Amino acid sequence: MIQFILNNKTIKTDLPSGMTLLDFVRYEQRLTGTKIGCREGDCGACTTLVGTLNEDGTEISYQSITSCISPLGNANGKHIVTVEGTNLQEKLTAAQNAMKDNYATQCGFCTPGFVVALTGFALSKVEKNFDNALDAISGNICRCTGYKSIERAAHQLCGNLEYSKSAIALDTLIQKEVIPSYFKDIPKRLQAIQKESKPQKNKKAVYGGTDIYVQKADNLIDADVYNIGFNPDLKGIKIEGEVCSMGAGTTVTDLWNHGELNRYFPNLRKHLKLVSSEQIRNMASFGGNFVNASPIGDMTIFFLALNSDIIIQNQDGNERTIALKDFYKSYKTFDLKEGELLKTIQFKLPTKQSKFNFEKVCKRTHLDIASVNSAIHLTMENDTISEAHVAMGGVYEIPRYLHKTSEFLEGKKLTMELILKANDILQDEISPISDVRGSSEYKRLLGRQLFFAHFTELFPKQFQLNDFVAHA
Amino acid sequence: MHKNTSHNALDILKNEVESSLKKSVKNIDSYTHVRGESLYVDDVNVRQGTFFGVVFDSTIAHGKIKSVDYSKAAQLEGVIRIFTYKDIPGSNEIGGIIADEPLFAEDEVHFSGMPIALIVAESEFIARKARRLIDIEFEELIVITMAKDAKEKGSLINKPRTFKLGEPDNAFKNCEYIFEGETFSNGQEHLYIEAQGAYAEPLENGNIKITSSTQGPTAVQATTARILGFPMHKIEVDVTRLGGGFGGKEDQATPWAVMAALATFHLKQSVKLVLNRHDDLRMTGKRHPYESSYKIGLSKDLKILAYEAEFLQNAGAAADLSPAVAERTLFHATNSYFVPNVKATVYSCKTHLPPNTAFRGFGGPQGMFVIESAIAHAAKEIGVSPIKIQETNLLHENDEFLYGQIATKVEAKNSWDSAKTIFDLKSLEKEVEAFNKYNKAFKKGLALMPITFGISFTNTQMNHARALVHIYLDGSVGISTAAVEMGQGVNTKMLQIAAQVFSIDKNKVKIESTNTTRVANTSPSAASSTADLNGKATLKACKALLKRLKEVAAMELKSSVEQIELKDQFVYVNSKKSEMTWEQLIAHTMAKRVALTENAHYATPEIHFDKTKEKGHPFAYHVYGTAITIVTVDCMRGTYIFDDVKVVHDYGKSMSEGIDLGQCEGGLVQGIGWMTMEEIAFNDQGSLLSNALSTYKVPDIFSIPRNIEILPLETKGNDMAILKSKAVGEPPLMYGIGAYFAIQNAVKAFNPNYQLKFHAPMTPEKVLMGLYEN
Repeated sequence: MIQFILNNKTIKTDLPSGMTLLDFVRYEQRLTGTKIGCREGDCGACTTLVGTLNEDGTEISYQSITSCISPLGNANGKHIVTVEGTNLQEKLTAAQNAMKDNYATQCGFCTPGFVVALTGFALSKVEKNFDNALDAISGNICRCTGYKSIERAAHQLCGNLEYSKSAIALDTLIQKEVIPSYFKDIPKRLQAIQKESKPQKNKKAVYGGTDIYVQKADNLIDADVYNIGFNPDLKGIKIEGEVCSMGAGTTVTDLWNHGELNRYFPNLRKHLKLVSSEQIRNMASFGGNFVNASPIGDMTIFFLALNSDIIIQNQDGNERTIALKDFYKSYKTFDLKEGELLKTIQFKLPTKQSKFNFEKVCKRTHLDIASVNSAIHLTMENDTISEAHVAMGGVYEIPRYLHKTSEFLEGKKLTMELILKANDILQDEISPISDVRGSSEYKRLLGRQLFFAHFTELFPKQFQLNDFVAHA
Repeated sequence: MHKNTSHNALDILKNEVESSLKKSVKNIDSYTHVRGESLYVDDVNVRQGTFFGVVFDSTIAHGKIKSVDYSKAAQLEGVIRIFTYKDIPGSNEIGGIIADEPLFAEDEVHFSGMPIALIVAESEFIARKARRLIDIEFEELIVITMAKDAKEKGSLINKPRTFKLGEPDNAFKNCEYIFEGETFSNGQEHLYIEAQGAYAEPLENGNIKITSSTQGPTAVQATTARILGFPMHKIEVDVTRLGGGFGGKEDQATPWAVMAALATFHLKQSVKLVLNRHDDLRMTGKRHPYESSYKIGLSKDLKILAYEAEFLQNAGAAADLSPAVAERTLFHATNSYFVPNVKATVYSCKTHLPPNTAFRGFGGPQGMFVIESAIAHAAKEIGVSPIKIQETNLLHENDEFLYGQIATKVEAKNSWDSAKTIFDLKSLEKEVEAFNKYNKAFKKGLALMPITFGISFTNTQMNHARALVHIYLDGSVGISTAAVEMGQGVNTKMLQIAAQVFSIDKNKVKIESTNTTRVANTSPSAASSTADLNGKATLKACKALLKRLKEVAAMELKSSVEQIELKDQFVYVNSKKSEMTWEQLIAHTMAKRVALTENAHYATPEIHFDKTKEKGHPFAYHVYGTAITIVTVDCMRGTYIFDDVKVVHDYGKSMSEGIDLGQCEGGLVQGIGWMTMEEIAFNDQGSLLSNALSTYKVPDIFSIPRNIEILPLETKGNDMAILKSKAVGEPPLMYGIGAYFAIQNAVKAFNPNYQLKFHAPMTPEKVLMGLYEN
């Protein structure tokens, strides 16, 4: 049985845990404010909030998700909020007023998704500034307004929230008419809900579900799925010495929010912002990204360049460790046997001498799949590269760790000539195909450009675009 | 006031705009929209025992159906019945303009995604499961995906049409410069966020009620009647609102409604048919791709003396609205320019793509892209700025359009000059130049885009509408029109009209759903004309009621009708407030047995068009404007960001500033999307590759211009427009064309070897390839 609180109502249901949360709220609960736009997490019309009780049971943290690719099972023990759950009696909330006052709703179909996402922003811990408000609605597509009015609404809401630097207390949010008052009692009510359903091993394993529900929803919606993303053993980021271990169920947002990792990777958020949308980042896990084995998986490329290891556990609990770069065999084929589960990712943290960069280009900069993506991790000893790892996606049948290019760079002095020669090797290591994300010629050229871009980004004083243009 | 170039003047103007926005009426649906309480087709309460439909469609683009085996699907538990063309009691024909399109394929399929059968089951999930159990065998035939191939093979929808002005053949002889070239503009997916759908319910006596997400309720009604062999009065179509239309639901909402009705007819049960996104993308047509060629001739002083264009419209597998779209391409072939000698020809080419259809701009943008390309080409070769050529050839008062209409109340030059002065074009150009001089890794590009867009259905006979206005005995008002609300705010405008005429509070007025039993024989909500046509009808009805109310008031207050005025919900006599409230007046009127209901009909005056001569006066008026677009291209990565789009737009006298600004911004961004990231891709077998939102990208909040400024052009307005408030739905989309040329100018600034190309959209791929071509 799945138990949770939906808006202000306690739900107990025996429906299949693989059913989408969207179908449950719309067709089982007749909460039709949550709209169906694409059923693949790409439009945000079905955005809902998921509230999770913190460890001491006093506080709830809310995140936005796209309910169309979220299994109902993921709601277990949570507070799920749809647009109806944000409504006040006979009055509009701050987010709703902001949208209305600024003409930010036209046909209205995407509007509830924006309202919910903006309400999630108000409930979140982030600073209430314009940029963060936009991040909150980064997964919401509107085809009518051209977004300028929605930007104006975001400004108004930030003003209502007094540009607060941190989380705003629930009482304040209730008093400011951002959320209804029943939110106050949710922590207690959630505590009271017994989290009785333990994951069962014979069920279909799903991490966040953000890809498998796009590809194979019809195979899942009448099935019981085992939401391993919510298994606490698979969650969490640990730093011991110079090694970082992350559970495979860790989401991109967990990484985004991790203070220490943001210090190790000063551009982490800039890079992660290129990875889907906030709604998806809140669900998408590394395990899912790795075993999806897409040749273009952003996080796979990211962690390939960190020369990560992965720990795989079999049904008996035995573990084995392999390098991520050895995990992929051929297109969508990887080294995971029946009953095995990708459990942990481990990598060595960047040092003062090392430099990391991630690049991605697609038709649309945000919430799009890359034409080519690439990551690089270089360890420098003065002006010599002592260790190099370069990875590139979208240019080969698997996410490509560029063995030869990386090897070539190692032990050499970093010069323009070296980079140009390395590119020649890189071009031999890739064999992109023409598809909807670009022609093979384009991907080759883009591969070169992103490789160059690593160096202009990491060594701006030493290398500029023009030097490459002159030589290439 | 537009003469002053100082920033102060611009600030004052901006402040004026801002304060008028604050006062402006909000969309009347906003309250329920933001609360998630607005109802769309899929939100309608379903009756007990409702069944759900899923369409089984062709997986190939052209071929003969050798065999179909439905047996496994039919046997699946929960499947009610599978309907094919054999179940159609009337005629298997849905073509709106030309009868060339079946509802369900019979022996042949003509596009990938063409409906073959409707599976009806207890749930959508079961129906989808059943769909995977259908075995079908085809004999594949040759597939045409490009218009040029179709033309060469003689595969046309109808005869080509040519508009001609002056003597282009002779005129080219007098030209100092002549340039020829080819262009391509791709299709565009509507991507209304609410997919197509309908819900059909059986009523007594075999009548059927359809709730449809359609821009054309009458088309749904008439086509359902034709398919079922029913008289039209047995079919009632009701539309509350659409979750976006953009033309995609003008004709192409019809098949799904008809299918649901067909199943309801047979099963005597309610049937819901809402397409899932992938089905919608695969089965429905889009904006027409155009393959075109041009020849432009200029004098030494840059006057365009002659222009020839041949437009090859990729119509897809059936006519749909293609002939009308093609016609509008010709109407807008010279955009905002006066060209004395023009020959423009369009071929509607029949291919094996899904039948392409209406999309905001309706062929106009495709026509404009070609002449803008020709101008850019000429400018490059002559070595002048395209802005110079654009400016030299702007339309003036009393110039003749290539279709014979004489241009009056022209604002082309006015909007151009206003944009130049208000936004200080010279400084902008200097800034771009300076930026490009000092930056290597990034380059900026700037382009201007003037627009002139004709308002009216080009098919004259469609320019009419009706409004039914009831005043209820408590003084509340209910209005029915043919207008379909799809986010454009037309209901708000209807409400404003009634509230203004009666001088009553807006919340006393309700706009009813659009329903074929209340307002019949309607034109679709399209051609930017919905507010004009229905608004004028509403105005007429309200004024007729007002006249009767005043007569009653004059009788009651013992004065004359001329002395009576209704103001702020009171009757005024000789400008003095009387004791009589609006409600009391209504009660008196009722008591006197005077009709409180009025039905008015409006047909646009003056317009006409003779297709045998291809001349006439097809448009009630034109909408004008000018946009300045500035873009920054990342020359390392081939990506781009729009810094600014600055527009002076001719709203006339806007009656709803906030709503109209929303139309402008939304249209502009949709136009930019068409020109930049939105790339429809079919393989050469006619299968859609951009078949999901993961592969077809529309603008998101991060990809729009950093700064959009849209300022109103000061004009006297036009009486043909409702309350002088001009149509605003389509014209702004064409400002987006400037995006293409701005990017290309930036690419040119980086790579001197770059050869101009006119092949939209300008994706990051094309930009990067252009930056590094030799």
